[in-house]
Parts: sequence; structure tokens; C-alpha cells
Amino acid sequence: MTDFPLLSVVTFLPLAGAIMILLFVRGAPEDVARNARWGAFWVSLATFLASLMLWVKFKGGTPDFQFVEEHDWLPAFKISYRLGVDGISVFFVLLSTLLTPICILASWNTIQERVKEYMIAFLVLETMMVGMFAALDFVVFYIFFEAVLIPMFLIIGVWGGPRRVYAAFKFFLYTLLGSVLMLLAIIAIYIDAGTTDIATLMQHKIDPDLQLWLWLAFFASFAVKVPMWPVHTWLPDAHVEAPTAGSVILAGVLLKMGAYGFLRFSLPLLPEASEFFTPFIYTLSVIAVIYTSLVALAQEDMKKLIAYSSVAHMGFVTVGIFAANQQAVEGAIIQMLSHGFVSAALFLCVGVVYDRIHSREIARYGGLVHRMPRYAAVFMLFMLASVGLPGTSGFVGEFLIMLGAFEANTWVAFLIASGMVLGAAYMLYLYRRIIFGELTKDDLKSILDLGPREILIFAPLIVLVLWMGIYPAPFLDVISASVANLVDNYHGALAAAEGANTLQASR
Amino acid sequence: MIEMPDMLAAGPEIALAVIGMVLMMIGVFAPEKKALSIVSGLTIASLIVTLAFVIWLADGRVVAFSGLFLTDAFAVYMKILVLLGSIFVLFMSENYVQREGMDRFEFPILVIYATVGMMMMISANDLISLYVGLELQSLSLYVIAAFQRDRVRSSEAGLKYFVLGALSSGLLLYGCSLIYGFAGTTNFDALAGLFAGQGLEASPGLIVGMVFLTAGLAFKISAVPFHMWTPDVYEGAPTAVTAFFAVAPKIAAIALFLRVMLEPFGGLIDEWRQIIVLISIASMVLGAFAAIAQNNIKRLMAYSSIGHVGYALIGLASGSEAGLRGVLIYMAIYLVMNVGAFACILCMRVNGRMVENIDDLAGSAKSHPMMALAILIFMFSLAGIPPMAGFFGKFFIFTAAIEAELYTLAIIGVVASVVGAYYYLRIVKIVFFDDLTERFDKPIGRSLSTVMTLSGVVTILFFLWPAPILDSAAVAAAALFPG
Repeated sequence: MTDFPLLSVVTFLPLAGAIMILLFVRGAPEDVARNARWGAFWVSLATFLASLMLWVKFKGGTPDFQFVEEHDWLPAFKISYRLGVDGISVFFVLLSTLLTPICILASWNTIQERVKEYMIAFLVLETMMVGMFAALDFVVFYIFFEAVLIPMFLIIGVWGGPRRVYAAFKFFLYTLLGSVLMLLAIIAIYIDAGTTDIATLMQHKIDPDLQLWLWLAFFASFAVKVPMWPVHTWLPDAHVEAPTAGSVILAGVLLKMGAYGFLRFSLPLLPEASEFFTPFIYTLSVIAVIYTSLVALAQEDMKKLIAYSSVAHMGFVTVGIFAANQQAVEGAIIQMLSHGFVSAALFLCVGVVYDRIHSREIARYGGLVHRMPRYAAVFMLFMLASVGLPGTSGFVGEFLIMLGAFEANTWVAFLIASGMVLGAAYMLYLYRRIIFGELTKDDLKSILDLGPREILIFAPLIVLVLWMGIYPAPFLDVISASVANLVDNYHGALAAAEGANTLQASR
Repeated sequence: MIEMPDMLAAGPEIALAVIGMVLMMIGVFAPEKKALSIVSGLTIASLIVTLAFVIWLADGRVVAFSGLFLTDAFAVYMKILVLLGSIFVLFMSENYVQREGMDRFEFPILVIYATVGMMMMISANDLISLYVGLELQSLSLYVIAAFQRDRVRSSEAGLKYFVLGALSSGLLLYGCSLIYGFAGTTNFDALAGLFAGQGLEASPGLIVGMVFLTAGLAFKISAVPFHMWTPDVYEGAPTAVTAFFAVAPKIAAIALFLRVMLEPFGGLIDEWRQIIVLISIASMVLGAFAAIAQNNIKRLMAYSSIGHVGYALIGLASGSEAGLRGVLIYMAIYLVMNVGAFACILCMRVNGRMVENIDDLAGSAKSHPMMALAILIFMFSLAGIPPMAGFFGKFFIFTAAIEAELYTLAIIGVVASVVGAYYYLRIVKIVFFDDLTERFDKPIGRSLSTVMTLSGVVTILFFLWPAPILDSAAVAAAALFPG
């Protein structure tokens, strides 16, 4: 069983499904749509089940990469096809495979045009996301990282809202500009180290002066993806214009790619530069947390509000990553996963009412609790998880980050804590305006509560949010060994550099 | 007396030239209605045979005709690309030629002679043979640019190409004569020997000659600032001819450029590197920005090709074996992408009439899903987005540039590629996001769909098995960097 290429299967099963749908789903338009939906759903479900095997068979307590696969690819350049996961990446693979079937279910009735192409785009997107998190070779990583743009561009542009073209272009070009600079940095590292194997590169020391430039190039790419203030402006546009499922994937997985990049590459490969730029990251993150929370408070559009809340929550994550101690980094990972569930669920909640009323304007709603009690309960749970109520996953992540940040820098901890208060303010305000109050609007008087399909979509997310909030140990067990290794190596490298400097100074 | 081995080295060129004459006879004496189809069928067959001949002959470095002509792995690689380009373009333009009033059998024969000229250019080992090959190619191209002689635009394109091409040939010839005057030889090996190793200062006259030579060659590859003819000629020439211009002559001229810069003037790299860096930056930036405003797809492809030449020149500017290998890989991928993209452009027909406006593509994803998919693949590939082949072309070029510490050039290059991505995306947007306005004719024809499928599959699946191209490019690059 050890030789079974489980990761490759998980990565490429959706792609194979997409090719099957492309080639074999034909006939009358209704048949094509139905077969494409079911085909995509089964493929993504099978992928999810296969990816669960990763968790089951994952050996905790070791920082090593597991399920490693290696094949020669460009032998002349010493670039190989390498896949593997460790405690940091395994849950992101699972997050991607979990959200894809949910997205497909969520678009079951809303997408009526070009269903086949839509499903193909989602399956291709899944392959790219999983491949990106599983890649253990820099070039392979980059290929997946950037290839994500193609299906996402199409999803926003073809099935999006009225300003979809603008949003799609902004999304694509913004991220591309960051990515190409990272490509140069990858090439520079490759020339410096002679390999693109990530595991080997972790042992490689890069000259501190070069590190600064490389760090900035990586930052250009990852900061746009996270997104950090002030390069976050593509996100609200992309979220507002994307179809519901597109927003779910965008918030749930694509935003994690940037933070994952910081964690996987910036910290271990460029420790000195990371330490040098830590105050810079703190500043941007604190601004993101406070400023975007205030902006969120003023939003009239539900999706935009949640989009800004994403920027704020990812601000917590970047603080956690660069605080670089065990609690903070674990907290950052938990917060990313939690945000993956919660923001995905919030966008799905918006999608539910959008499907019925076709408006995202907050003022169009009010008093939904009278007609939609189940919806109100589900929305409340995720709203509170977003705020970080104890007992939900949001609390665990934010608490750990605060703990670690307090240890690293008290002021930062203080400032982001005030951001949490603002977070509670805008979420509760949103909830009050939509759910509570008198039911005055005429078309809301006949609105229907959640149907069985919608409950099925929310159920796994509810379970996960509560599970992670109440008993996070199974998750932390998997994560902790890899994080401990990362943090130790990081501080070890810094101490070594420090030692070298004092030695030089004393001479 | 010419000895036999000499003849054999130039065998493919000689054979193809003879075949051209035979085909001309066949064309004249065949029944008028069938002449074109007979000749073009035989042309494709003879180009394929020549291709096989070139591959069969590939055997190290052979210098022939008293040092005027040489074949080596580099020449073989480039000749394969040129021949493939000619074959594919002829194959896919079959219907076009018949419909658009170009149904005269001289067309394939002119393509043959242009191809012979290109092969001569690639194999040139002397400034004289360089010029002869270049002129044979250019004269054939002037004629086929104006092949729709009843149409004003085609004649204008031909004339413009001729006048400006003649000017560039003049510059080139002037450069050659200066080089001859100051170096005393026109032979590449002898020139290389002059500059090799001894740290000899090149005289200013020689440098001026080299600059003129570079200018003339930059003209042929349409690098900025010698690009002005490209958009007009691309737009005016019949689309099938534009497709030909975009691939075969460009590859041949790049091959010539590479050889001239790296072999005879390889020792003067410090002198010419700044020129190449400058025209490379100018080409990339102009190609990216000027294409944004274009509405005619052929003009857009012209600016796109200007941009791509800029990227190829990055590899040359790095002046290393890795850089050369990058350019060779780039040109192979460029060939596939452009052939495919032009196959798509040749499909743009409404009610039997060719349309060239980008907006005419609007919503064609709904009427022609497979063609739209092909456009998607080619556009993302031209933009250099992985996992398409175009990404790998750029990747190897930039690797070489960083290795040669040309950081500024690399950064400008990637930023220009983002700007360039905008206009490629714009085409994807028009095809996929906009509403259907004009419905293109169906069916698109067997030859077009074959070429489209083939190049599309190669473009998207290049990453699965890149070894053949990478390895042969490595061998070809090693030929110019002995030892």
C-alpha cells in the first residue's frame, strides 16, 4: 500500500473526471447539464473520500513529508515531479477536496447556463489547488499556483455578476504580477542552490543580502493572494462578481495559498529576511485587521462585507505566521482552516438568500427569522464562529494567535484584539439587519426556508466548525510536529546568523 | 571541381530547389483546374521528404563549399522547425488559397523557394552566403505578400514589405562590406578566430559594421525599433501568408541572428550585448503595450510576435549555452502556438467571407466550443501561463537571464508579460464572456481542425513529456558552444 500513489490520485482524479465530462457528456442540453452535474459531483466526492485516506494514514508526531512520490521530469534541469504532504499541508488538501463537492452542490440549481463547462472548470480548479498544496518541487508548485488562475478567471468571467469582466481581469492581472516576480525568485533560488526540491532547499542557506530581494519577490506574490492590505482591492470585486461557489472557493482555499506560501517558503527558506521584515508584516496586518473591519462596518452589500471580513481574518493569520512561535503558527493554521469553513459557509448563506431574492443588498432584507428559522440558526452559528465565540473553530485559531502574538509583541496582540471587537461589531450588525426586525418586505413574506439540499451542504461545515471548536486535539496532533520543526529551524537559523554576526563583530 | 561530400551536405537545399523547378513544369503542363491541387500536394510531400532528408543527414558539423556552407546540430534543429512551419501552414491554407482568389500554382512553389532561402540562411557560414540566402527568402516573401494582387491591401503589403525589406538589406549589405573592409574576411570561422581569446580590441569601423548588420537582421526578425513594417504587412497580406510570415521566416531569421552573434562575433559579446538588451526590452514593452489598442486580430498577432522576439532575445543577451538553449526551446514552442493560433484565425469566416476583427469572435464559445477551447489554450500559452507550453519557453529564457545576472532585463521581461497577458486575456474574454454576435461558418474544414487539434494538444500537454524538445535543443545549443 505504501507504493500506491495516493496523492497523485487525489490530485489528478478531478482532472480525469473533467476530461471524461469534456469528451463523453453529449446529447440534448438537459441531459448534458444533468450528467455533468452528477458526474462532477461523484468525481469530487470520490476525490474527497480518497483524500480522507490521507488523514487516516497520516502519521502524526513526525515533521517528515509523507506519501512522497518522485518521478523524473526534467532531468537535465534536476527538476522532478515531487509530491508529499506534512502536517502543515495535509489539511489544506482536505479543505480543497471538501469544499469542491460542496461548491458543486451549491451551484446545482443556480447555474443553468453552460453547466458542462462550469463543472469542468471546477474540477480542473480542484486539481490545481490540491497539486499546489501537495507539490514538493518549487517549479511544480509554481505551475499549480499559477494555473489556478485560468479556471478561476473563467468562473468569475463567465458565470459572474454584472461587472464580472472587470473583476476577472483585476483578479487575474493582480495575482499574475505578483506571481511572475516570485517566478524570478524561484529561478534565483534554483540557480543558487542547484535544485528545486523543497525538502533539500530547507537545508540550504541563502546569502542574507540576496534573501531580502527574494523575500520581497515572494511577498509580492503571497501578499496579493492572502490578500494583505493595501493589495487587497481585487478581493471585494472578485467576491462580489463571482458566482456563490466561486466566492466559496476563493475565500475558502485560494486565500490560503498566500499564507501557505509564507509558511512553506518565506519562513524556512529566508529566515533572516523574514525576521527583518516581521515589523513590516505586523504593521500591514494590524492595519488590515482594524482598517478593513471598519470598512466592513460600512458595507451595504453582504458579499462585500464578508470579503472585507476575510481580509481582516487573514490579517490575524499573517500575524500568527510571523510571530513564529509554536502557538501562533498552530493558531494561524487553525485559523486558516476555520476561515476556510466559516467564510465558505457565510458565502453559502448569502447564496441561499440571493438565490431566492436575487439581491445582495443588506437593506433588501430584514426579519428573515420569522420565515426562515433554520436558516437563521445556521447563519447565527457561522456568524458567531466568524466572531470567534468559544466553542467554535474561530475561537481556537484566534486565541492561539493572540497567545503567540502576545509572547512575540504585546502591542500587536493588543491592536489585533481590538480588531476582534470590531469583528464582532460588524458581524452582529449584519446579522441584526438581515435576520431580525419586522418582516416588512412583500417578497420576503413568502420566502422559503432551507431545503434538504441546502441542509446537506451546510451539515459538514457545521460539524467541522463545532468539532474544531470543542475538541481541536485531532487537528493539532497532526499539525504540531511539523510546526515545531518549522519554528525550531527558523530560530535555529536566526541564532546561527546572530552567532556569525557577533563572531564577525568581535574580530 | 566540387567534390561529392560538399554536395551532400547541402543535399536537402539542392533537392528542394530542383523539386521546385520540376513542380513549376508540372504546374505549367498540368490541366489548369487541377494544377494547384497537384502542385500543393506534391509540395507538401516534397517538404516532408526534405524534412526526412535533413534528419537523416544530421551528423555533426560539416563545412562545405569552401567554408560558405555548414550544417551542424543547430542548423538541423532550426531547419526542422522551419520545414515543419512551412508544412503546417501549407497544409492548413489549402482551403483558404482556393477560396480567396489565390488559386494559382505558383503559391506553393514560392513557399518552396522561400523555404530553400531560409535553409540557406540557417546554414550560412559566410556573410556572402548569408546575404544570398536572405535575399532568396525575402524575394519569395515579397511576392506572396502581394499574392492577392487584385486587392489593394495585399498589394500594399507586398510593396511596403519590399521597400522596407530592400532598405534593411541595404543596411545589412553595408554592414557586411564594412566588416569585410576592417576584418579582411567574410568567413564566419575566420571572423571568430580574429576575436577569440586574444583580447584584441575590435576596431570602431568593425563595430559600426556589426551594428549595421545587427540592424538589418533586427529588421528581419521585426525587433523594435525596426518593427514598423510588421503590423501593416501582417494585416495586409492574405491570412494564410501572414501565418507563414509569423512562423517560418521568423524562426529562420532568429536562427541567423543567433549564429551571427554567437559564432563570428561571439568574442565581441560585451560590445553587442547592450544593443541586444536594448532592443529586447524595447520589443517586449512595445509588443505588450501596442497590442492593447488593436482591434484587428492579425495586427494583434503582429505585435504579439514582436513581443515574443523580445523574449527570445533575452536568451541571446545572456550569451550563454543555457540562453541559446532557452531560445531554441522558445522558438519550437512559438512555432506550435502560432500555427495553432493562426489555424483559429483562418476559421473566422462569416457567410464565406473572412473577418478579422477581434469583436467578430464574440461569444464563439457558444457556437464553436472546440475552437474556443483551442483559442483559450493558445492565448494562455502565448501569455505564458502554466501549464501551457508557452510558460516553459519563458521559464528557460528567464533562467538563463538570471544565471547571466541580467536582473533588470528579467524583471522588465516578466512585467511586460503581465501587460501582454492583458490583451491575450481580452481575446479569451471576447470569446467566452461576450454574447454571440456573428456565427462563423461550419464546418471549419478537416485540415484546419487537424492542425488546431494537433497544436492544441502539443501546447497543453507539452509538460507531460518535454524531454524530446529539451534534449534536442540542448544538443543544438552545444553545437554553437564547442568545448
